[in-house]
Amino acid sequence: MATGVPRHLPDLCESELIERVCQGDKESFYVLVQPCERAVYAAAMSILNNPADAEEVAQEAVLKALSHLASFRRESKFSTWLIQITINEARLKLRKDRRHLYESVDEPQNGDEGDYIPKDFADWREVPSEALEQTELRDALKRGLESLAPRYREVLILRDVQQMSIEETAQVLGLTNGSVKTRLRRARLQMRDALAPGFDGSWIKGKTEYQKVRPW
Amino acid sequence: MRVIEISCLEVWREISNYIDDDVDGDLHARMEAHLKVCAHCKAVLDGTRNVVKLVADGVEYDLPAGFSKRLYQKIQT
Repeated sequence: MATGVPRHLPDLCESELIERVCQGDKESFYVLVQPCERAVYAAAMSILNNPADAEEVAQEAVLKALSHLASFRRESKFSTWLIQITINEARLKLRKDRRHLYESVDEPQNGDEGDYIPKDFADWREVPSEALEQTELRDALKRGLESLAPRYREVLILRDVQQMSIEETAQVLGLTNGSVKTRLRRARLQMRDALAPGFDGSWIKGKTEYQKVRPW
Repeated sequence: MRVIEISCLEVWREISNYIDDDVDGDLHARMEAHLKVCAHCKAVLDGTRNVVKLVADGVEYDLPAGFSKRLYQKIQT
């Protein structure tokens, strides 16, 4: 099997695999990487928001991890370290592509510490997860995420999609716990406002008519 | 014991931590008291909590077709 992905994975713990890789066994490196490849890709997407760029960065990050594995100090999980490298590579790419110049226009004047005032105060019925079968709701989630500045999107994806802890999120992003919480608050409230119009009832499965209760 | 009132702005500042159960006892009690009487803040809380759940359940980044194979090949070269 020269080109296929290995199907039978050796039942070895993380540190045993790392030892093997350090002795030149690349097969074991893929075994180490495979469980976190989705998380690596999602971390890259959270910053770059483009599948081709995210894959390129994911590959670069994995190769970088391979070449620097001997310096991995094992103070965190391998996956956390790999995601940290991915975040750094994605940020480098963003800077290199100079896209941040466009995004900086959207940066709030008062930085992270500014209060985000919710725009919508209407109460809505809870939207059940089954409603996610609707393309409209999935599209609205996607659009909501795209509307977030990368600094907020990356925190929301690591914390609420990848379910990382505040501490892990802070570690991989190089932020304080406090900054993660502040950005997370902003991201969540902004997502709520982005989805609010649909909460009038259009997300509820089986509802055929959408009656607006707001002026927009 | 009388709970000291807090403003809507203070509630919004802590609402995300409140959802994560990361607000200390005194502030938590003040927020609870506020949320009982403020329909706006209750709406913000319920909606945000719902959004957190929908984001967790509904946002996925599917790997592009062939991603794993290409990654494996990169590692081998």
